[in-house]
Amino acid sequence: MELLLSSALGIVTACGVYLILRGRTFSVVLGLSLLGYAVNLFIFAMGRLTSSQPPVIVEQAVAYADPLPQALVLTAIVIGFGMTGFIVELALRTCHDTKSDHVDGQEPGQKAKVLRASKEGKKK
Amino acid sequence: MNHFLALPIVLPALTAALLLLLGDRLGLTRLISFLSSVALLAISVQLFSQASAGDIQTYALGDWSAPFGIVLVLDRLSGTLVLLTSVVAIAALYYSMQGWDNRGKYFHALFQFQLMGINGAFLTGDLFNLFVFFEVLLIASYCLLMYGFGARRLKASVHYVAINLTGSAIFLIAVSLLYSVTGTLNMAHLAEQVATSSPDDIALIRSAGLMLLGVFGVKAALFPLYFWLPTAYASACAPVAALFAIMTKVGVYSIFRFTTLIFGGASGASADITSPWLLPVALVTLALASLGVLAAKRLLELIAYLTVASVGTLLIAFTAGGTEGLSAALFYLVHSTLIVAALFLLAEMIAQSRGEAQDTLHSGPAMLQPVMLGIVFMLGAVIVGGLPLSSGFLAKLMILQSTAGSASMPWNWGMILGTSLITMIALSRAGSMLFWKTSYDASPTAKAPVVTQWLPVVFLFGCSLMMVIYAAPLKHFTDATAQQLNTPEQYISAVLGQTEDRVPRALPKEAK
Repeated sequence: MELLLSSALGIVTACGVYLILRGRTFSVVLGLSLLGYAVNLFIFAMGRLTSSQPPVIVEQAVAYADPLPQALVLTAIVIGFGMTGFIVELALRTCHDTKSDHVDGQEPGQKAKVLRASKEGKKK
Repeated sequence: MNHFLALPIVLPALTAALLLLLGDRLGLTRLISFLSSVALLAISVQLFSQASAGDIQTYALGDWSAPFGIVLVLDRLSGTLVLLTSVVAIAALYYSMQGWDNRGKYFHALFQFQLMGINGAFLTGDLFNLFVFFEVLLIASYCLLMYGFGARRLKASVHYVAINLTGSAIFLIAVSLLYSVTGTLNMAHLAEQVATSSPDDIALIRSAGLMLLGVFGVKAALFPLYFWLPTAYASACAPVAALFAIMTKVGVYSIFRFTTLIFGGASGASADITSPWLLPVALVTLALASLGVLAAKRLLELIAYLTVASVGTLLIAFTAGGTEGLSAALFYLVHSTLIVAALFLLAEMIAQSRGEAQDTLHSGPAMLQPVMLGIVFMLGAVIVGGLPLSSGFLAKLMILQSTAGSASMPWNWGMILGTSLITMIALSRAGSMLFWKTSYDASPTAKAPVVTQWLPVVFLFGCSLMMVIYAAPLKHFTDATAQQLNTPEQYISAVLGQTEDRVPRALPKEAK
């Protein structure tokens, strides 16, 4: 299980980092989500990997799963979900206002168009 | 238990919720938001005076005792910063009521959420809770940054949000690494556990500590992680930028806290892991920021670079000067936050009285109210550059004194004095460009700043003047604060109780 989980975490993180470094907002958003998944799994794994053990006190239990990382993951998921929604909306709005889905709000090597676009944006 | 301690977090949270319910009723939301900020100021004055007595106070949320539940901790440092936040906030809020809050929805609710996040980050004694409050203040700041829209703001927001989300991911990795090794998230307990950790875990703890330094470096805008700041701050609207002046200080506060408490001198093999990095990084930050000040094309951008430079300066004092340096750094922190916030507000007044030319550093139309604006701008430049008889002068003098004997003295002195000169050159060039190199006629779109806009600026300048008049008591206070920070045993025993009367520890981990 350790090998499976750690290699999965590594692959997902690597994909996330690769996508964050891309130039288009869509890939960046995807990359941030992937990174978020990897981080959530990582927090979960930091409570040690156990199977079928209760996180809260049960009389007949011999060992326990750590309940704290589960609570932390829940918080992190909620925040991550909200932030993904926010950045998707932000990316759409930027794409709409600047007429480009590049993270810099301009196609590479098109300075003149950008100035015009930003003036239009200001008028709105 | 002192329930007062939770108020700086609870009050803005409740106010923000109420403001969301009220929606668009501008007059009412303004009144409620302002009254709440006045109350917040009164509360933080009270907390400050409690903290300055020297006892570290704790508040266990839900009465769950320390290592298990979340605690809020009030010591001199957090008391000072909460007070500073509410002073800057009230000025920014009052300024925003002169028109900015009318340009979009929910300005006041977002503003209160931002205050909640900042106060929470200063007060919490739990590492994961620090992450949560970071997120609260960041989410509010994303919305405030975009407030009013426009392509420039949106572009700045995309970078700002992406870099901060990545930062949050790294923060979570570091926190869970620390948890996996020490089994705790309470900062005081963490300090104990790190100090007594087994040699096998040292590598993990050190990497977690350096990751945390990286994350706080993003918030504090340290080299090489400051590139997001100038664009973001220069495109935010003035009251928001003024409030953001305190946001980089949240990162600095976290660096102070975790360097002195968790990775302080007492924590065995993982002690002082940050010091080999912090000083060079601080020096480079200061150097590049002052080049940025020189190269800025707009006044707001120039002031944003001044924010970065202030972070560099105070981290030089912190790393090179020991306890005395920490004290000087705290004095500088208060001074730089106040003056940068005032300059952001002033820059927008300059921009509006130039009309079309805005705050670009080109020759433009004549300014309305040039004498008044010019004098105040010159005063601001004097204070921020650190010419004699200003709070900046006193703060920089203290920093220079504190680093006098250290091995890195030539670097520190050379860099601080050199960048002060560069800052003065850049500010005088900007001033002469804005005020002297003008045509005879004012632009038709120019609007003269009104008295109610002047009030918050004068208030912030007044606070800066007070720092000069009451410099001696303030210096005694920052000395005591630095002393308290450098004896983390006080913090640990205040949070966890004395070693004898501890509550029972967590169950030992089962053998695998």
